[in-house]
Amino acid sequence: MATPTALRVVEKEWVAWRRLWKASVFQATISPLLFLAAMGLGLGDLVNKGSGGVNGVDYLVFVTPGLMAASAMMQGAGESLWPVLGGVKWMRTYHAAVSTPVSAGALFAGHVIWISLRVLLSATVFLIVAVILGGVPSLWGVLAIPAAVLGASVFAAALNGYAVTQESDIPFAVILRMGLFPLFLFSGTFFPTSRLPDWLQPVSWFSPLWHAVELCRAATTGSAPSAGSIVGHIAFLVACLAAGCWWGVRRFTQALTA
Amino acid sequence: MIQGTNITKRFGSFVAVDGIDFHVEPGEAFGFLGPNGAGKTSTMRMVGCVSQPTSGELRILGMDPAVDGSKIRARLGVVPQEDSLDSELTVLDNLIIYGRYFDLPHAEIRRRAEELLEFMQLTDRRNDLVDPLSGGMKRRLTIGRALVNQPDLILLDEPTTGLDPQARHLLWDRFYQLKRQGTTMVLTTHYMEEAEQLCDRLVIMDGGKIVTEGSPRELVARHATREVVELRFTTPEERDRALPRLAEFGERIEALTDRVLVYTQDAGKVVALVTDGELHPESVYERRGTLEDVFLILTGRTLDD
Repeated sequence: MATPTALRVVEKEWVAWRRLWKASVFQATISPLLFLAAMGLGLGDLVNKGSGGVNGVDYLVFVTPGLMAASAMMQGAGESLWPVLGGVKWMRTYHAAVSTPVSAGALFAGHVIWISLRVLLSATVFLIVAVILGGVPSLWGVLAIPAAVLGASVFAAALNGYAVTQESDIPFAVILRMGLFPLFLFSGTFFPTSRLPDWLQPVSWFSPLWHAVELCRAATTGSAPSAGSIVGHIAFLVACLAAGCWWGVRRFTQALTA
Repeated sequence: MIQGTNITKRFGSFVAVDGIDFHVEPGEAFGFLGPNGAGKTSTMRMVGCVSQPTSGELRILGMDPAVDGSKIRARLGVVPQEDSLDSELTVLDNLIIYGRYFDLPHAEIRRRAEELLEFMQLTDRRNDLVDPLSGGMKRRLTIGRALVNQPDLILLDEPTTGLDPQARHLLWDRFYQLKRQGTTMVLTTHYMEEAEQLCDRLVIMDGGKIVTEGSPRELVARHATREVVELRFTTPEERDRALPRLAEFGERIEALTDRVLVYTQDAGKVVALVTDGELHPESVYERRGTLEDVFLILTGRTLDD
């Protein structure tokens, strides 16, 4: 049976990654874990002493799912910007790929699947360390891994589609600073969105990261406000992913097969 | 192998390819000769099924690219104009990955890769990364990569542009070998020498249109003359003074900024007339007629313009 063309693209990424995996895994996990140690343990100690945690929950337990989802987003975004421009412009390997039976759409799909696998690995490492540090009180916590991957894939799909038609990487820094970093800080990652000004709270509903954080938090703490809210978060993220994939396939097709 | 009828490609209001007709027979080496911007690469992208014609009918290997693009691409070997190797991978891994895009089994790709490395004289670089390779080696690897699926049809877009003569001749030698094995080749070039050496039949393109079609020998016989005398003059004034006389000596002349070409069946006779006529050119050079002359005569411009 023929291998689906998107999986041939995943295999290509795997072969390239095998050469550099140590540096890559180190990079993708060490910074989130430093954050977790500093915020969860260092800052958390102050928060716990000052106000008894967040909503009665120990600060480490509160911030662990937030950091997990936010780090997944950052990794998903980073892997979708420079590497895509490299493939389409600097090395032109994407042009080589679409001159084979692989279509532009399959190339897009393969790349997004590959990024999701990378996030899966990082999120798993993160969760294991968080368990050891005591940040994951519930066994449901294992479900935070697919939740983080789902959230990251939303960003991966959209940013793949964005990056493929760019002429240079200059706007990427702006996207990170003006787009992703505010999301990183204000999507219920480090403090509940109820602490945001009233007018800003509805805005957070549109942040895919907020939905991913809420899902991760429900999993690691083992408590959800309601079953309906879980379904709502998942539905929102899946809808964003579907829209991102539709757009991304179009953009890849336009950029590579005009 | 390929049948194109009234093929047009537009990008917005820009017409890159303007209603061309061409066909390629099995086992043939077919060329698109023309200057940069003539529409050669756009045509190659359509034949390579990575770009759809805006209008016209294209059949490749008996199939319609709009319907069976992926199936057609599975049987093509594409050498793009710009390098598109993966510099994060080794020479060997570049071949393996590309073979996997065609879903070839790993063992089969490895066997073919070793053969291709040998054929392209890259065996001793097989485990090196791509980046430090010379331009000629990268080109050879790109060509080897295009052969990994044992294509029925090879598309070479400006295959030797930017290479030094030695690297170019090594590639030509490989193309001859492929030709002898009966491989069908389509190539674009703006080097008339490359077209003359490699093509059984070619079309000359200019401004998105096909200007003429035939074998290199036929085209020279039809549009140019067997021999050409090139004269250089010390000043434009002397050149202009000589033009009316030169026009009498040959069948036709072309006055370029730096030289005058006299088209004739007998170069020796023209040279004798120039010497007797006391025209005092700075230099005189006899040569045979080439595709460059065909292009010049048909378009009024040189291929480098």
